Amino acid sequence: MAKTKKQKGYVTLSDGTTVKINRKSTWAYMVQHKWLYFLLLPGFLYFILFRYVPMGGLVIAFKNYSPFLSIWGSPWCGFDNFTRFFDTPDFWKLFKNTLGISMLQLFLFFPAPIILSLFLNEVRHSGYKRVVQTLVYIPHFVSWVIVASLTYQLFNVTDGIVNIIIEAITGSTVDVLSKSSNFWGLIVGQVIWKETGYGTIIFLAALAGVDQEMYEAARVDGAGRWRLMWHITLPAIKGTIIMMLIMRVGGLLNTGYEQIFLMRNDLNVSAAEVFDTYIYTRGIEQGQYSFSSAAGMFKSLVGMIMVLTADRVAKWMGESGLY
Amino acid sequence: MAKEPKSKSGAKVKKSLADQIIDVIIYVVLGLVALSTVLPFLYVIAGSFATDKELTEKAFFIIPEVWSLNAYKYAINTANILRGLRNSIFLTALGTFMCMLFSLTFAYPLSKPDFRGKNWIMNMVIVTMLFSGGMIPSYLVITAYGLRDTWWALVLPALINPFNMIIIKKFFSDLPRELDEASYMDGATDLQVFTRVALPLSKPVIASISLFYGVGFWNDYFNAMIYLKTPEKYPIQIQLRSIILLTSQINEMAMDYYDMNGAPPDKAVKMACTVIATMPILIVYPFVQKYFTKGVMVGAVKG
Repeated sequence: MAKTKKQKGYVTLSDGTTVKINRKSTWAYMVQHKWLYFLLLPGFLYFILFRYVPMGGLVIAFKNYSPFLSIWGSPWCGFDNFTRFFDTPDFWKLFKNTLGISMLQLFLFFPAPIILSLFLNEVRHSGYKRVVQTLVYIPHFVSWVIVASLTYQLFNVTDGIVNIIIEAITGSTVDVLSKSSNFWGLIVGQVIWKETGYGTIIFLAALAGVDQEMYEAARVDGAGRWRLMWHITLPAIKGTIIMMLIMRVGGLLNTGYEQIFLMRNDLNVSAAEVFDTYIYTRGIEQGQYSFSSAAGMFKSLVGMIMVLTADRVAKWMGESGLY
Repeated sequence: MAKEPKSKSGAKVKKSLADQIIDVIIYVVLGLVALSTVLPFLYVIAGSFATDKELTEKAFFIIPEVWSLNAYKYAINTANILRGLRNSIFLTALGTFMCMLFSLTFAYPLSKPDFRGKNWIMNMVIVTMLFSGGMIPSYLVITAYGLRDTWWALVLPALINPFNMIIIKKFFSDLPRELDEASYMDGATDLQVFTRVALPLSKPVIASISLFYGVGFWNDYFNAMIYLKTPEKYPIQIQLRSIILLTSQINEMAMDYYDMNGAPPDKAVKMACTVIATMPILIVYPFVQKYFTKGVMVGAVKG
């Protein structure tokens, strides 16, 4: 805290009273603003108890944790849990599934909100635009359990409406729900349905800042629809696109386990086991706490490195970055 | 979706035929996208009010020929759906209130430009955004705190979402400072300025962040599944999942009903339960829609 004081000590503000406060020592400031620290306290305790204590709990990744010996009483085992995790044949399967689903999302889901925003941006009839926007935001607020139920009700092979239609056209049904070869597509399809609409908000916000007169002026100069999009609309959302891309790349190992957990079953499990579901099964279901903590720590570390790298790349490219 | 694309303002600059065709395509595509998001809901709502006979005979309909409340009666009487609904409402109310209490009080001091220790605390928050203990250590810690099989296991670990907290902090720091200073002149304490000046001015951000937290609690399935063991405490999402996916279970539960009323309306009941679990969100949504777009935008400014 002394460091903060050094940095902030000589900030001169136009207001007289504030300057007086700034000249005071940190202790005097804290006494004068005791209520601010009082307000901060509950949240501070929350961060310690529910964010930092679990982080400290990661020591069990380096131990042979047994509930009977407690965290501190369990014997150390170095990096054994990590090497065991990397040596299992499971590791590459998890890696393949996680990365497969993420990459498919990157190529199919990531562009979807951008394209939808560009379409919405072309609509001049504001009532129509508003109705479309209102409707496409809805699925974001619905739970994965509901999305899973809708999927089961629409796609099952016995009486799902989608399969009835497919059967009428092609003569055979498509087993979306329990074939492992369809699983990645199913997951990405659900994400596209649920999040595309909501994803447009951030791009439309960037587009709302574009001066409409620029369009008018360009149009008077004879620019067509494509040139307007290419020279005005796209540059306006370029920064947002790069920022979202970086966040997406940083979260490449996060496949969202609630969704996958809900759609996974015995028949498609070979394509459905990702890091998160594996950690859940090994840790919470089978009680291999140390082993699954090591797997989780690996995932967290890789995620952190990727976010920080992506952030660096963004700054290097001249974007503002995230942190 | 046969909406006429030509609008009055578009007449200013004359459009070529190709341009008009593209306009039509855009309107039609957007109409289809919007339709594809609502159609599953409409189908399920219609099916939930239909008779089983109609559901097996007709593949698809949006308005049932014969309206029936049997599925709802059945769902409410046998599937524990009301208990789940009650639990979810209580959990969402409690969770959202606690989250807002913690997030608002934590964000307020950090919004003061001269707050001593601000950088230190913000770094502490940002570290948790980059790295976390993960599922297993959290599970063990929450178990060690004795929170398992209580709703607190779902509420306490989620009290402050750093992203939401930063949105609130940004909102507070954008409030006009003159009001603060006027209150300090009148001898108000920081606490009084917070409760009497800052909070009343923060309704938009309180509304949108409450929505984010509330939706999170209402929709949460995974944490409830991990931490809750007593079926009496299950929220609606768990009830719904078991009704939809474990068909055998519903048939077992259906035996009483089966004896009284003939075949259990399996499909319609599933649809009715889906509707019951979705309705609260769809009812609240129109009222908060204008706030959440603002919330997302503020968050986007400083992610």
